[in-house]
Amino acid sequence: MQQAHGIVMKSVDNVCTVVGTVDAATPVQFDLAGQNETITVTEPISFGHKFALRTIKKGEPVVKYGEVIGLATKDIEPGQHVHVHNLESCRGRGDK
Amino acid sequence: MKFKGFRRPDGTVGIRNHVLVIPSVVCANRVARGISQQIAGTTWVEHQHGCTQLGADAELTTHVLVSHGTHPNVYGVVVVGLGCETIRAQDIAAAIKKQCPYKPVHLVIIQDEGGSVKATAAGTSAARKMVGEASQLMREDIEAAELILGTECGGSDAYSGISGNPALGIASDLLIADGGTVILAETTEIIGAEHIVAARAINETVAQKCFDVIKRCEKQATDMGVDMRGGQPTPGNIEGGLSSIEEKSLGCIYKAGSKPLQDVIEYAAPITQKGLVWMDTPGQDVEQITGMVAGGCHLVVFTTGRGTCCGSPIAPTIKVSTTTQLFERMNDNIDLDAGPIVSGTATVQQVGEMIMNEMLEVASGKQSKSEILGFNDFAIKRIGPSM
Repeated sequence: MQQAHGIVMKSVDNVCTVVGTVDAATPVQFDLAGQNETITVTEPISFGHKFALRTIKKGEPVVKYGEVIGLATKDIEPGQHVHVHNLESCRGRGDK
Repeated sequence: MKFKGFRRPDGTVGIRNHVLVIPSVVCANRVARGISQQIAGTTWVEHQHGCTQLGADAELTTHVLVSHGTHPNVYGVVVVGLGCETIRAQDIAAAIKKQCPYKPVHLVIIQDEGGSVKATAAGTSAARKMVGEASQLMREDIEAAELILGTECGGSDAYSGISGNPALGIASDLLIADGGTVILAETTEIIGAEHIVAARAINETVAQKCFDVIKRCEKQATDMGVDMRGGQPTPGNIEGGLSSIEEKSLGCIYKAGSKPLQDVIEYAAPITQKGLVWMDTPGQDVEQITGMVAGGCHLVVFTTGRGTCCGSPIAPTIKVSTTTQLFERMNDNIDLDAGPIVSGTATVQQVGEMIMNEMLEVASGKQSKSEILGFNDFAIKRIGPSM
């Protein structure tokens, strides 16, 4: 089976960045606060994109680098791709 | 740390010895280009400004043109005007000469010379003489503490905040520890991370300035009634895995290292502080480079995930790729690779030290790829309409 790696920047993060492009159903290994952990992604994840480490409910913050990078616009399950289709920026929103 | 540079008569330090041809107005671009193309060892800028500009907008254009002429990386200047423009070539030349009396400055007015052919000939003759003189100057040992580094990340991807920017942050810290100056800029790309930068401010006043410039920047989007996501992150950033301006910004600020923030200054303002300084520039790469160089940056280190070619005409611009894939794909344009951090074969510290070493070598005369390829990108931020 294909093995893949990811990078989690801070232990409070709820997303992981993949190293390389990863197919659906691939287990991705990453280091979380010194522990080696694995989550199987449920969708294909492109080079440099993110997947969820935990369930993120609609309206909850998406956290990377230990900081809020936006809010979930729908419920996101562990292993799902997190990007502009389900994450919304909170800043510079003259449209709101 | 030391490098080999040029000590100017007024004590300032240059890392290049350019003869620069500056058009004061868009109508003089062709002649400026013609002069520079005749003479090896010269460089030139082109721009769309110089006429029918008003108030602060005209002042900013004048300031940026003059400060490229007075820049210590420049030995001598040929200023070209048409003759009837708002921003007169005479005034640009006089301002350069007033601030740097030791610099050769030659003025060419196209209408007075009798057209573009004669103006090109007059400017070419003056530039030829300056290049001959410039070539006789010798480099000498200079402390790295005198260097001003402009940091930039453009064409960012999700690895910018993992490899390229953290490594550049190490180099920034090394230069500041040695007494040098580092510029953090591109205010748009600090939105969402301003609280982290402000927490490093040396006092309350500087911390408040961080929030003020961010508010001003964000207000431009809200005043226009637009969603900033139309332009930030860019489509390339999004394809590269960046989902929001906050995510881009949090990765962006790593390049400024970890030292205290000394001040927040206006676009193209003279850089007089030591240590880390935030210059309020747009996120557009070339407007940012031009502003930082106008402020006095000697060189720029530019991290990129998507790949970029651009470079200042007078300040060496060193490119650092965030992944080895990019380094190999655009090797003609990228100087250094931070990709080994992603693949686990080098540490952030090791790549940061490699960037610092490259900065000293480039400051001593090694050509960056953007210089070898002849990039002379130049763009002045507009703050008012043409009338």
